[in-house]
Amino acid sequence: MILYSEELIGSEESSLREYRKIPKIIVAKLGLDGHDRGAKVVARALRDAGFEVVYTGIRQTPEMIVNTALQEDADVIGISMLSGSHMTLVPMVLKLLKDNGAEDIKVVVGGTIPPDDAEKLKEMGVAEVFPPDTPLSYIVKRIKELVEERRK
Amino acid sequence: MRIDAEELFERALKGDIRSISRILTIAEFPGEIDPEIYRGIVKRVIKNGGRAHVIGVTGSPGVGKSTLISKLISMYRSRGERIGVITIDPTSPFSRGSFMGNRIRMQHHSQDPNVFIRSTATRGVSGGLSISTVMLVEVFDGLGFDRIFIESVGVGQIDVDIHNIAHTLINVLIPGAGDDIQLLKAGLMEIGDFYVLNKADKPESEQMFKTLREILEILQNQGLSDWKPKAYKVSAVLGTGIEDLVKGLDEHREYLMKTGSFGNIVSRRRKYSAKIILRHLLEKTLENYIDREKEYLDRIALGEIDPFTGSVEIFRRFVREIHRIR
Repeated sequence: MILYSEELIGSEESSLREYRKIPKIIVAKLGLDGHDRGAKVVARALRDAGFEVVYTGIRQTPEMIVNTALQEDADVIGISMLSGSHMTLVPMVLKLLKDNGAEDIKVVVGGTIPPDDAEKLKEMGVAEVFPPDTPLSYIVKRIKELVEERRK
Repeated sequence: MRIDAEELFERALKGDIRSISRILTIAEFPGEIDPEIYRGIVKRVIKNGGRAHVIGVTGSPGVGKSTLISKLISMYRSRGERIGVITIDPTSPFSRGSFMGNRIRMQHHSQDPNVFIRSTATRGVSGGLSISTVMLVEVFDGLGFDRIFIESVGVGQIDVDIHNIAHTLINVLIPGAGDDIQLLKAGLMEIGDFYVLNKADKPESEQMFKTLREILEILQNQGLSDWKPKAYKVSAVLGTGIEDLVKGLDEHREYLMKTGSFGNIVSRRRKYSAKIILRHLLEKTLENYIDREKEYLDRIALGEIDPFTGSVEIFRRFVREIHRIR
């Protein structure tokens, strides 16, 4: 135990604290919508903010996204949608999470979501909605807060 | 959250996704949990392991590793096997973040409860396999998965590390990426059990495959066994050549079993994992110490002392310091 000196690498407890989970987020395009530029920009910003970003690509079903989040032990699911089908598909994601006892995984939605729908989605359990022109810095900050909240 | 090790382990053994996922995370990040509970879980996992066939897949970025794995998964699934997949992506040394895109090519398996994919990142300080990766292998093995794929980033030390923890190593190549001189370079070409030429639908592949076979004739396998490396030609996208490759992989597994290497590789893997973790601890400790040698490093920076002599001196002081603290 020569190397295990408190002075150099700290106590066992504080040394283990270094091996805490890095926040993980799934970034996915939900439904029949191939416009993934925005999702990639957000994914890149989150990477640069210290997230581990699992990018699933386009045309994902609610089942695919939820299974991915469960297998990856994600903190957050980030859904990007520009197709207008958010009021049908996003509730399916929420329901699947609930069925799997995983409501603790936060869901955020970005894209062309009208303000009225955004309110409804939030009532259903979506943690945050990012409409077009939301600054990247705000998206990153808000998602960081959500991770903190979840970890408490 | 209060966790009961026994209960969590039992639930995971029964196939509960969230429990499996939780154990994988605990193995990846030991700091997530009370050390006592950590040991309780990992002890059970290790005790139950040693049976899974671990296949490492390496090759430069873009050669089609994920697509090939996806096709192999389909073949093994048709036999009813349970598959664990570990994909490794690079961690940014600046933000500690990572963009993990390997799942995309395997996403159609994501609705199959018997295919469990976990994306992980290099995370380490020295650029080799991270603590996370080696422990993920133990978890999949200990939870009864039949076959485990490790997809590497395809460059540097990590691939050599994977060679030390996998039963079978597949090196994926593509036509048009250099001539036989590239194949003669040291490193990756020394450590494959299988050399798979992907994108074989391309016209250049015929010549490349011929060259590859010639090179394999003269190369010496650096592995522990006498297995003669084999070359295969496939198109992962079109699905051609995959059946033959699977036959080859079966032969390799049988060969390892027959020669007793299979179990030896599990032992080697665990020993190697310990070495990786030790390497990490030592490097971290040394990093902490180097901070104290700022002035001395400045003298190296100014050219007063050469980097070699200076480093040897710093290391001597480091060792002396460690003796002192004991």
